[in-house]
Amino acid sequence: GGAIAFAGLPAVPAFASLAEDAISEFTGGTAPGAGDLSISAPEIAENGNSVPIEFDAPGAVAVAIFADGNPTPKVGAFTFGPLSGSRFASTRIRLATTQNVIAIAQMEDGSFQRAEANVKVTIGGCGG
Amino acid sequence: MAKGVKPRVKVPKTAAAGDTVTVKTLISHKMESGQRHGDDGALIPRSIINRFTADFNGQNIIDVALETSISTNPYFEFEAVVPEAGEFQFTWYDDDGSVYEAKKKIAIA
Amino acid sequence: GNWARLAAQQSLTQDDLFQFETFGNVSLIHVTDIHAQLKPIYFREPSVNIGVGSNKGAVPHLTGGNFRKLYGIADGGPSHYALSSGDFAALAKGYGRVGGLDRIATAINAIRADRPDAILLDGGDTWHGSYTCYHTQGQDMVNVMNALKPDAMTFHWEFTLGSERVNEIVEGLPFAALGQNIFDAEWDEPAELFPPYKFFERGGSKIAVIGQAFPYMPIANPGWMFPEFSFGIRDENMQAMVDEVRAAGADCVVVLSHNGFDVDKKMASVVSGIDVILSGHTHDALPEPVVVGQTIVVASGSNGKFVSRVDLDVRDGRMMGYRHKLIPIFSDVIAPDPEVAAVIEAERAPHEVAMREVIGQTDGTLYRRGNFNGSWDDLICDALLSEREAEIALSPGVRWGPSLIPGQDITREDIWNVTSMTYGEAYRTEMTGETLMAVLEDVADNIFNPDPYYQQGGDMVRTGGLSYRIDINQPQGARISDLTLLRTGEKVDPSKSYSVAGWASVNEGTEGPQIWDVVEAHIRKLGTVSVSENNNVDIVGA
Ligand SMILES: [Mn+2]
Ligand SMILES: [Mn+2]
Repeated sequence: GGAIAFAGLPAVPAFASLAEDAISEFTGGTAPGAGDLSISAPEIAENGNSVPIEFDAPGAVAVAIFADGNPTPKVGAFTFGPLSGSRFASTRIRLATTQNVIAIAQMEDGSFQRAEANVKVTIGGCGG
Repeated sequence: MAKGVKPRVKVPKTAAAGDTVTVKTLISHKMESGQRHGDDGALIPRSIINRFTADFNGQNIIDVALETSISTNPYFEFEAVVPEAGEFQFTWYDDDGSVYEAKKKIAIA
Repeated sequence: GNWARLAAQQSLTQDDLFQFETFGNVSLIHVTDIHAQLKPIYFREPSVNIGVGSNKGAVPHLTGGNFRKLYGIADGGPSHYALSSGDFAALAKGYGRVGGLDRIATAINAIRADRPDAILLDGGDTWHGSYTCYHTQGQDMVNVMNALKPDAMTFHWEFTLGSERVNEIVEGLPFAALGQNIFDAEWDEPAELFPPYKFFERGGSKIAVIGQAFPYMPIANPGWMFPEFSFGIRDENMQAMVDEVRAAGADCVVVLSHNGFDVDKKMASVVSGIDVILSGHTHDALPEPVVVGQTIVVASGSNGKFVSRVDLDVRDGRMMGYRHKLIPIFSDVIAPDPEVAAVIEAERAPHEVAMREVIGQTDGTLYRRGNFNGSWDDLICDALLSEREAEIALSPGVRWGPSLIPGQDITREDIWNVTSMTYGEAYRTEMTGETLMAVLEDVADNIFNPDPYYQQGGDMVRTGGLSYRIDINQPQGARISDLTLLRTGEKVDPSKSYSVAGWASVNEGTEGPQIWDVVEAHIRKLGTVSVSENNNVDIVGA
């Protein structure tokens, strides 16, 4: 049960269509499929201002990350160079509210893959 | 130049030729999103690190475009192949035109 | 009268309570969630403890008569009093207080007399929850627990002492401070101060004890007090640690956990290779372990009320069998250990006068534990409404805090036992009806989300000046309805602003008088506290 913080209350992502627009911009309109791409994030954010996420995208040349509940859904884009040891990376992101974090991988053959993880951002407080 | 910006990097000191090693980087930076209001009610202008690159002996490992949703003190973890002894070069590009660099040597064991 | 007390206790002896047919080759002793209760107290078990999803109707979500029926516990007997709700005030008068670390010491000594190398494990929530603990920043509990000679510990409320103080204490601990899920927040690496596990050679076997700290510390408690640390369930890392200790020759794997019971059950089903989970955080007391696959999950209560003994037969690299007993610490039946009693008295002596001051009396039972408001919470909410002149009061749904029985004095110590913490400021703020709804919905989902990994192990935020309806089985955003302001009898208007008083905010910089001072001032004015039944929450779907 709980004591109170006052930020980030709505539970329904308000900017989902903005995220889809941003994704289309990255893919040039190509519909992404499923594949080996995976993204992982905590079920519940310890701190919405710093949520650890990581992705693994075997065979990708680039991976872009989107947050569908943030007012600006673009989070970042990772392009892999010749000395990259894998197509894995991890970073920390801001999430305004409970939402999906979406990874889109651009593959070597020009196709795209999509994976997402839901992260709950709670106002928190108290416990046993 | 933004104040108090300090890059830090963790890489192994040695590796075998051709090994894949884990690299972790942090840079202290407030990553002002441009969406917050100050005490006077006015929007605080955006001021972020907008690009990060990691190279080894002049060849690229990873190149990241950062947006405002990357947290304060941007953190990256990734993997790099070390074909030979040499030096990692890390570069962060600030909205204000500043460029911050860090270098780390690695030996072949 | 006194005859009832004697009659109730006549059938109980210390030997009966400790009676145990020694089994196998290894003994574990588990205590958890003591919340700094050095002395015997009363503690009423919950009458409302709703299970959701696959845990609906499963222990520990059975209470009162349903609980007694499941375990074959006789009505009115000592197990009824210790383990379940119903007739609490009458039984408390008969059976007396429970707990006291000097009595726990006697229980531990009795087990060690049988099995000198028994492993004593403390599940955490130890250095929090009393007047002396607050004023010594946990040192009283550290000193008394050290006298019990534990072998390992894990953590939750300890971190609300602030990371600097936690580091200081842990660096000097004469036993292992474990937490496979305590990470350095900056580099996302295991925190050096808290090793993931420790090996114990016992009875010719290698026992690995892996620590699991409370996963949601920076959410349920103020993360700004310990920003260097990150937690989480990290069940993949737990699996890696189990595999690591097995590869290093562990014959038996014990997890000392502060996950909460339902989270531990889920973890036992996700992670393979754990023999025993000693569960803490949700304050449940179960007379038998719950078996999940090959794992037994043991719940040992709270506030010093119980000690669990678990004997294991470990052979050929595996746990072949177990025998378990949840020992209730009836404080009038178990003789205090004189050495530990002396340490306790020494810790309390400088504070005795202040603690013993009588502030008022109570007509009824004052208790907290339960999914919704207990009578202690009602009293605290009333204090907030009246002393902070607010329309609405919010009080955290923590599970700690002893009970008082009808006719008892309320001392300053009693008030601190249910309020003391390092962020006790009683704030007063304006909140819109919409925000209030969002707060209630958010907290409700931390308790009633059907996936245990989303449950933080507290109870529902307590409310004063409000009534509402809650449908447990709805998703977040749809559980709460009919939110009504009691003062006017009108529905709460989402766009209107209301004055709200509360305490235990996780926000940095919260201002206000300390909650224990607010409650003390209120009780002083009342003189005698009269408890009336709270019908302000209409629960649907339990
Ligand atoms: Mn506890
Ligand atoms: Mn706890």
